[in-house]
Amino acid sequence: MTLDGVVRRAFEEALDPRDVICDEVRCRAYECDGLTGYRVVPELVLLPRDAAQVAAAVRVCAEHAVPFVARGAGTGLSGGALPVADGVVISLARLKRVLEVDPVDRLAVVEPGVTNLEITAAAAPHGLYYAPDPSSQQVCTIGGNVAENSGGAHCLKYGFTTNHVLSCEVVLPDGSLVTLGGDSGEQAGPDLRGVFLGSEGTLGITTKITVRLLRTPESVRTLLADFPSVTAAGDVVSDVVAAGIVPAAVEMMDTLAIEAAEQAVHAGYTLGTPAALVVELDGPEAECDVQFEQVKEICERHGCTRLHIAGSAEERAAIWRGRKAAFAAVGRISPDYFVQDGVVPRTRLAEVLGRIAEMGDEAGLRVANVFHAGDGNLHPLVLYSAAAGETERAEHLSGAIAELCVELGGSLSGEHGIGTDKACSMPKMFGEEDLETMRRVRSAFDPAGICNPGKVLPTPRLCGERPGRYRPHALEEAGVIERL
Amino acid sequence: MTTPAGSAETNLPQTAPSSFDDRRPPERELLDDCVHCGFCLPTCPTYQLWGEEMDSPRGRIYLMDLAAKGEIALDGPFTEHIDQCLGCMACVTACPSGVQYDRLLESVRPQIERNVERDTGDRLFRDAIFSLFPYRRRLRAAALPGALYQRLRRIPAVAKLAAKLPGRLAAMESLLPPVAVRDAFARLPVSTPAAGPRRGAVALLSGCVQDVFFHRVNEATVRVLAAEGYDVVVPRDQQCCGALELHAGREDSALGRAKRTIARFEPLAVDAIVTNVAGCGSSMKEYGHLLADDPEWASRAEAFSARVRDVHEVLADGEPQAPRHPVPGRVAYHDACHLGHAQGVREQPRAVLRGVPGVELVDIPEAALCCGSAGIYNLLFPDAAADLGARKAENVRSVRPDVVVTANPGCLLQIGKHLGLDTVPLLHPVQLLDASIRGVPLPRT
Repeated sequence: MTLDGVVRRAFEEALDPRDVICDEVRCRAYECDGLTGYRVVPELVLLPRDAAQVAAAVRVCAEHAVPFVARGAGTGLSGGALPVADGVVISLARLKRVLEVDPVDRLAVVEPGVTNLEITAAAAPHGLYYAPDPSSQQVCTIGGNVAENSGGAHCLKYGFTTNHVLSCEVVLPDGSLVTLGGDSGEQAGPDLRGVFLGSEGTLGITTKITVRLLRTPESVRTLLADFPSVTAAGDVVSDVVAAGIVPAAVEMMDTLAIEAAEQAVHAGYTLGTPAALVVELDGPEAECDVQFEQVKEICERHGCTRLHIAGSAEERAAIWRGRKAAFAAVGRISPDYFVQDGVVPRTRLAEVLGRIAEMGDEAGLRVANVFHAGDGNLHPLVLYSAAAGETERAEHLSGAIAELCVELGGSLSGEHGIGTDKACSMPKMFGEEDLETMRRVRSAFDPAGICNPGKVLPTPRLCGERPGRYRPHALEEAGVIERL
Repeated sequence: MTTPAGSAETNLPQTAPSSFDDRRPPERELLDDCVHCGFCLPTCPTYQLWGEEMDSPRGRIYLMDLAAKGEIALDGPFTEHIDQCLGCMACVTACPSGVQYDRLLESVRPQIERNVERDTGDRLFRDAIFSLFPYRRRLRAAALPGALYQRLRRIPAVAKLAAKLPGRLAAMESLLPPVAVRDAFARLPVSTPAAGPRRGAVALLSGCVQDVFFHRVNEATVRVLAAEGYDVVVPRDQQCCGALELHAGREDSALGRAKRTIARFEPLAVDAIVTNVAGCGSSMKEYGHLLADDPEWASRAEAFSARVRDVHEVLADGEPQAPRHPVPGRVAYHDACHLGHAQGVREQPRAVLRGVPGVELVDIPEAALCCGSAGIYNLLFPDAAADLGARKAENVRSVRPDVVVTANPGCLLQIGKHLGLDTVPLLHPVQLLDASIRGVPLPRT
């Protein structure tokens, strides 16, 4: 089916006709998000300007059984905003007003297209900020953060998006507009806000979000410490936590990641060091003073080869710029790379890193590691050259690393989401009953199955099949199965 | 389980011949540098205005990639979205992967000019613009009040436009500020000796728009350079450097101007070729790259580009020589895109301004965002340019400056138009420095 003229006209009536993109060239700009390996050209792209238009557009989708996919800044790394063939993309890029900042109740009300960093910018004059800080915070939107329950370097201490969102106004898949959650943290009845948070766009589209703001910490201390091995750095992380210290952030980067970041931003990282930790403490001055000394002592005990303490806000910002640009910066040291996202128990960090290094050696590929060490959230980056024919080996290695995480008692995804990318791996982590329960929750919100279909949960179709134009499945080519 | 993030391999394979011709098409390697992360979106003026993927750097590179693979044609939406780019290069600053969008745009725009037929109105308007701006004599005529219609109609391209689209001609006129006849026709001295201890010799590009509409800036530049110990040479018969044409994709004509500029300046025994215009500096620094494939010109162009310096780069070198008198007040410095983003010259102008006693330097919010002038953009896309201009003016007002300074004539015109010319003095930084060195009050314009 392709959308007929009737449906298109219905969208043009729901929105301004100029805000409906229908020619294929323009639609192709929306065919993928931050994960470019998956591409599907949508039939239409809708650019509503307010919540009422979003609801009107979804009502048209419901009436005509048109699948829809919500899209923010399109920075997701799991293909969560991958369009659906014969469906529409609803872009929230134009819903970008900060509606209210309430410094007394310490909350802000924003539209979904506002970027994560813009919330902090709006709150800053009141000495407040929005705590979750994904590395892409300068561009990723709060709507996408809600969908993915995004984390960030500082969620070790402050929690994920779900800990900072009080309520969401949501357009449900039938086009009705409801509010989930409320201004106070605790609501009577089941926590539907909690269900919605992290549902990766499968339960509806949020059009207004009320977030909690925190007071900017009195004191922030950041250090950058080099270590002779990733194991030594991993041990520091464990010892810091064992000492009862809750750092605001503990990030680790290895040689390759440092090389890439340093090329991109010249932040003063040591080239060639096997591992570097960024440790940040924040809170009352006196507490920071004591704990910072403890952290320094632990670093030194584990053979720290260089300890650099950020002496100014600029130096601190430079260290973070290096860390936050690391993913994209890897493009400078390798023609191609896979971004992986997995979690292991913190105590097994050194072990998993050792295993990853061995696996990389076996495959003859380099793996750069940059990750949130404090909560065991790994982001191994498998570097390869497609031109040299390394793609398949790299893809296999990256997949094996994610499976290793599950095997070590961790998770398939820390914060990038399941999306399109890992839907097929869900059965590795969850039993059939778990998955069935998830399906039933999803059906309660979206009985027609039109809201971001094909994401998160494995669909009955052949796993390993890629959406988009028809390509024969490997088993089909081998003559094992046939398509009905 | 995982798929590659942004790489050549994941793009669909080449399915058809490239839509670009084979004269310097966008390089495959440069296209593949983009990993589609989106870090460029918040800094892109058109994405800020419209929130559409095709009007973001990432989206435009995506379309270039599709065109290079022969999947989409150059005419239609492709041309529309490349045209709508301001060429401000804020994305180059923002990109963590080091994508050279400047190089990509520079190779794609001439492709469009060569291979896409523009509709009559657009073509007439562009022809008229380029029959006017690079020519100092014609600009002088335009600078005289009300002269545009009478005197410029003698230029065939302008006459055609006036006959068919008088409205667009009027839009052009509204951006040309009235200039005193004395300034429009004034000439800079060919040679000005250094005052005090001599530090070196420089040649100044007097520019076309700059020399007619901002002659005072050129005069101030000569005085300041001389006061700081430089002999200043201003070659008499210099022409337009080709920046406006280069940034609009009129490559052949731009390269001709580049060669003439190189030929005019290269025999001069000077340490640097100096410009006080951000757009000119950025294109003259590019000559080496632009002419790299031309055996006759490659090495000459490279040597020329190596000598090009923005006036602030020269002034920030070493200690100030001439005594400065205080200029008390809040000074807001606006980074011209072609100085900050394109040349990476951000710190030097600030250092020069901080060297003036009494100056309280303030930064403008959203400093990385273009003011909407962008060469001839405000003529071609007046609505978008006006939205950006209004936004810039609001940001400028928010810091309550006593003076606003910026180093590009386009920015001065655009910000002046949206800020209201009579609110605060709007100057080039060297004008402020000149007033400080001479101990005279700041000029109003």
